[in-house]
Amino acid sequence: MPLLWYLRDVLHLTGSKFGCGLGQCGACTVHVDGKAQRSCLLPMNSLVGKQVTTIEGIASASDLHAVQQAWIDEDVPQCGYCQAGQIMAAIDLLKRKPEPTDADISQLTNLCRCGTYPRIRKAVKRAAAALAGVKP
Amino acid sequence: MNSGISRRQFISVLLTASGALVVGVRSAIAEVHPTVPMDLLGDALTSLGAFVRIERNNRIVIGARGCEIGQGVMTSLPMLLAEELDADWSRVKVEQLPYGYELGPDGPRNRYGDQGAGGSTSVSDGWKDLRQAGAVARWLLVEAAAALWQLPHDRLSTESGYVIHPDGTRIPYAELVERAAEILPPTDAVPLKKPADFRIIGKPAKTVDARAIVTGRATFGIDSYIGGALTAVVLRCPHLDGTLLRFDDKETRKVSGVRDVFAIEGPKPGTPFDANLAAGIVVLADNTWAALKGRQKIVAEWTPGPWASESNSTLEASADELLKGSGTPVRVDGDLAKARKSAKRVIEAKYHVPFLAHATMEPPHAVVKLEADHALFIGALQSPDGASRIINALTGIPRESIEIRMTRAGGGFGRRLENDYVAEAVIIAKKAGKPVKLMWTRDDDLQHDFYRPLGVHRMAATIDKKNLVTGFAHDCAATPRYYRTGRTDRPVFGGCLEPDDFPAGLIPNLEKRFFAIESGLPRGWWRAPLHTFHAFAVQSFIDEIAVETKQDAVELRLKMLGDARELDYHGHGGPKFDTGRLAAVLQRCAEAIEWKRKRTDGRGVGIACHFTFGGYAAHAFEVSVEGGELQIHRAVVAIDIGRVINPLGVEAMMMGGTIDGISTALNLAITVKEGQIQQSSYADYPVGRMVQMPNDVEVLITPSELEPVGAGEMGIPSVAPALANAIYAATTVRVRRLPILAELKRRL
Repeated sequence: MPLLWYLRDVLHLTGSKFGCGLGQCGACTVHVDGKAQRSCLLPMNSLVGKQVTTIEGIASASDLHAVQQAWIDEDVPQCGYCQAGQIMAAIDLLKRKPEPTDADISQLTNLCRCGTYPRIRKAVKRAAAALAGVKP
Repeated sequence: MNSGISRRQFISVLLTASGALVVGVRSAIAEVHPTVPMDLLGDALTSLGAFVRIERNNRIVIGARGCEIGQGVMTSLPMLLAEELDADWSRVKVEQLPYGYELGPDGPRNRYGDQGAGGSTSVSDGWKDLRQAGAVARWLLVEAAAALWQLPHDRLSTESGYVIHPDGTRIPYAELVERAAEILPPTDAVPLKKPADFRIIGKPAKTVDARAIVTGRATFGIDSYIGGALTAVVLRCPHLDGTLLRFDDKETRKVSGVRDVFAIEGPKPGTPFDANLAAGIVVLADNTWAALKGRQKIVAEWTPGPWASESNSTLEASADELLKGSGTPVRVDGDLAKARKSAKRVIEAKYHVPFLAHATMEPPHAVVKLEADHALFIGALQSPDGASRIINALTGIPRESIEIRMTRAGGGFGRRLENDYVAEAVIIAKKAGKPVKLMWTRDDDLQHDFYRPLGVHRMAATIDKKNLVTGFAHDCAATPRYYRTGRTDRPVFGGCLEPDDFPAGLIPNLEKRFFAIESGLPRGWWRAPLHTFHAFAVQSFIDEIAVETKQDAVELRLKMLGDARELDYHGHGGPKFDTGRLAAVLQRCAEAIEWKRKRTDGRGVGIACHFTFGGYAAHAFEVSVEGGELQIHRAVVAIDIGRVINPLGVEAMMMGGTIDGISTALNLAITVKEGQIQQSSYADYPVGRMVQMPNDVEVLITPSELEPVGAGEMGIPSVAPALANAIYAATTVRVRRLPILAELKRRL
């Protein structure tokens, strides 16, 4: 069983979304050992000994992750369905590129059918600034 | 109650008192769009009416009645009510209301008013009745304070959740709510606030669900689970109106977790679509993965239906053949034949617009539980009314016993105005004798949709010696929107053309004609449906006229629009179309993109404007095409939608509409070959990604005191023509066929 359906149907952790089942849309993005992966294509038996983090595990008990906060501050979500995956992909991007250029941000391949891309771009930049401030 | 007034008296007094007010506001359309029953605006002891509950800590809970599909009604509709209630918005909590059908004293009614999401009407409807709901609640609270303090009502004021004594003493609403609920309702219309006193309306408000969304806790339809339900997936017939010949489920039944396999029928060809959309084989399993694996192992043989020879090529051939005839007149003004004879020249062009699928990020889904005398539906909808009717028709369960819990929807765009997936889940639950969670996959969704119609627009303009447009012909051959709807009260061109759309009424000799192409594809509403369908042709053609007659494309449009005045507009968004408001957004957009500045760097600028559902929009793009690659450097949209309730929400709709418009215009088409839809994933229906999009969309909102209209759909129709016009300006390649990128590739 792919990780996505284990998360959703077995654990009822429904923050990771189903959008295509083919790894095309990114709505199901999670972190495996800290790296963004599309959970709809990850068989459970490939994950032995690995650590999986979903959108539900990104915030600490008291604070949202800087990317989540930036998403609220820029009022990114419309329908909101793809946004968990977008946030997981953005966190991964910022780990690799703490000061992302516009071209770097354009490499995010997660689909948004509502067209929130311009606000996603702003939120990624805002989060990058916030993270830089916290960890200089 | 200690006032001695029975609940029944209370209700009837309020109904009589305030009913007239609502009738006055809604008049002729009251029956089509039932408003909130007035007796429910103040009928409970601890809550004030159907929408407002005040907690002990003075936090105000407001019920959101709409279907949240991303258009922001969970935020904007409660804002309307909170304003008149004079609540502290930062302390308001919003809760989704369920569908409110019930049997009232005078028959069936909806306790929350109109709950559907279609035609961008949620805000304009709420502007009328939800503000009244808030005002009645506030009136009752003030009345309670007046009794407490032994002062006349009009010496008291309210602010942010408190009633204020003339000496400045403040009492929280929470301490008044029980007393307020016992008070006789107002006998006259409750006055609404003056706009100058607005504290919430017109101020930017963020999405109320944002925190739940970014933490993964927001519940969409697909996130709903109920005990005892089996997951269902369906292998549907790939042929339009095809039938199941035979199937073998031996291997499917061996899959661990698969519980049952059975066939269901599709609609009979030619009959209205009032249940599921296709014949299929249902796999019921313990979870989605088992169901999908089981589905993969079914061996099925299908019999192609009556549309086995339908392909895009046959549809186009049929359009060409039909266009030789005279069609159905949509609107005829003056004498076009005479204008043709006396014209200095005639400009002609033909535009092709494809079928479109909705491709909502959250595919259709439904949880259904049927009992002898009760039905439960949980999921994302745009028409809970339609869902209720369809469940009733399929089960016989009375509508007041059908419980519908609406969730957030992962997009709508018109897909969820149809309730075929609701019907399919009901049919499966009935046959299975168990609660069912129906899942659709992306290929199910793209192959079984109600598609935006396909059409060919043949345009002609007659030009006189002074380069004036004296005549305009718009012949449209299309697969009619009203196909197997069961409705006979709609003209054949309904949902494709609007008789009064630009440039009707502005050119003395004008003919619009419609030619119906036969097709087996189900057709439906797709965000700003008929407007995205025809604005591409009209606004591209105006650009072609400008080029051919060597006129400035903005000046030509302004000249055609003429002096600011109101023209009759009989379609949705009327009754009037204000030429001045369209001219104003066009000019604003042109200024922002620096229309008059000559580009010498290979870039081109294109512009277009359109009137959609009462809203006026103009788009402009600055683009370049290098090495066959299109780049959008700037995107500007100017909009006039009357008074703005939530500027942040309107900006989101315009940005999103523009991006959706670009994605669709550049990339998307559904095609049919030998009676089968050819697309099945985001690989062949490539919704646009970030890399394809402009970094920003500059949104210019016209400040206005006019009645608000919605914002969900106005930001799309002018996108495709403005883009095509920009591409022409940059390359002199005129794109007359959507999607743009495929056509550019062919032409470059």
